[in-house]
Amino acid sequence: MSIKGKAYIAGIYEHPTRKAPDKTVPQLHAEVARGALQDAGLTKDDVDGYFCAGDAPGLGGFSMAEYMGLKLRHIDTTETGGSAYLVHVSHAAQAIAAGKCSVALVTLAGRPRSERAGGLLSINFGPAPDAPFELPFAPVTANRYGVSAMRHMYQYGTTSEQLAWVKVAASHHAQYNPNAVLQDVVTVEDVVNSPMISDPLRRLDCCVVSDGGGAVIVVSPEVMKSLKKPRVKIIGAGEFPKHLNGGKMDLTVSGAAWSGPTAFAEAGVKPSDIKYASIYDSFTITVVITLEDLGFCKKGEGGKFVADGNLISGIGKLPFNTDGGGLCNNHPADRGGMTKIIEAVRQLRGEAHPKVQVKNCDLALAHGTGGSLGTRHGSATLIMERE
Amino acid sequence: MATPAQDRKIAAPAITPDTQAFWDAAEQGTLLLKKCPKCKELHYYPRPHCPFCFHDQTEWVEAKGTGVIYTFSVTRRVEIPYAFAYVTLDEGVTMMTNIVDCDLDAIRIGQKVKVVFKPTTDGPPVPMFAPT
Repeated sequence: MSIKGKAYIAGIYEHPTRKAPDKTVPQLHAEVARGALQDAGLTKDDVDGYFCAGDAPGLGGFSMAEYMGLKLRHIDTTETGGSAYLVHVSHAAQAIAAGKCSVALVTLAGRPRSERAGGLLSINFGPAPDAPFELPFAPVTANRYGVSAMRHMYQYGTTSEQLAWVKVAASHHAQYNPNAVLQDVVTVEDVVNSPMISDPLRRLDCCVVSDGGGAVIVVSPEVMKSLKKPRVKIIGAGEFPKHLNGGKMDLTVSGAAWSGPTAFAEAGVKPSDIKYASIYDSFTITVVITLEDLGFCKKGEGGKFVADGNLISGIGKLPFNTDGGGLCNNHPADRGGMTKIIEAVRQLRGEAHPKVQVKNCDLALAHGTGGSLGTRHGSATLIMERE
Repeated sequence: MATPAQDRKIAAPAITPDTQAFWDAAEQGTLLLKKCPKCKELHYYPRPHCPFCFHDQTEWVEAKGTGVIYTFSVTRRVEIPYAFAYVTLDEGVTMMTNIVDCDLDAIRIGQKVKVVFKPTTDGPPVPMFAPT
């Protein structure tokens, strides 16, 4: 069984806040749920499936279901870090295809900017079996991506200037987004002259820290027929958890090398068909490695591929993250998967900012990387088509 | 430019019954690995079950304690900079560690290193590596 054509994205909402000191996380979840339902032209009582991940407070999705007053017949709290929401859309399509629900709500929200006073993010996931063999060595988010970048540079000759082009492209897009945390266009020189955080990643190679959230509504073909929104059909999905494999691993490769081909095969399209791509951009290196693994260029040539504005809408061959991405716009709850879906849907609907809207955008890809390239992560790829 | 590696406070690892032998050996300055008697594969971090063939009687073996730097990242925006790294042991498995006792700015991928056990605050020492 395939999910191709079995479900549609009917509603999207990105919270406009980037700093929310006076709101609770459940409140933000409810606000984005309301926004996405309103966008779809549906109400809370239409929702019969709910999807959330580790950013939702409480046990499983129960606390949030109770808080929002949802009456459900399907719930899924798959946790794959920042890529969870792409997995949720895929799982929602599966549940809809199996008749387990017909209107699925997916929410994300968090307040890392209000709750954290700067510093390098060190995530302690509790008594994981790997923890005693890792925590003494002080892994933090930046160095767990830094080790992948260093190896990629060593193996393929990727340069800091090439990585910088990813930020430059994101900043070109963010200048048109009034909600973006960083709205100034930056140059390659700005990026390579910004302070070193963890070799070889500099401050401007890193995504922003922001409060906020987002939601999407996934519906059955029957429900979609009753709605007025442009029809954005889910045609392919793939997911892959990559880990250290007992100490026999290649840190220059991401799970996209497996989730991508799975999604493309299901959709029956190839990378060169894609008009717009939302690529998870926790760091610049994340984009370079993901583009290679998804097949937009050969392995090792991601640095060359992103250089010279190739990711800038209207200039390059592959317009990416036209909302400014995690690098400039928004990284709510330190989880960028939701905003990746939302901007891809905006592009397919023709609702992106006119300065960055891709012409005749009828096929888009969104990809998430949750966890870290340098240890373990969950990759998720979603391919959508405007009908 | 040079950034000499400095000692930093290292949190003690949480010891579990299945990894007690690893930390006991660490106290003696020996690095242990796990080997599967069935499929003969080595793995790291150590587990009772082989992650390759799922045999449940993996055995401890002594590592030589030498290897090469697979990759590293000097984390600089902290009070005491340190080199987060992976080292590929001569036995063929790659492990997370820190590179120590050197100029952090001179570390290179492919460099030969040797294990050195560094004390933790209130637990067994942990395996780090210094250039040879």
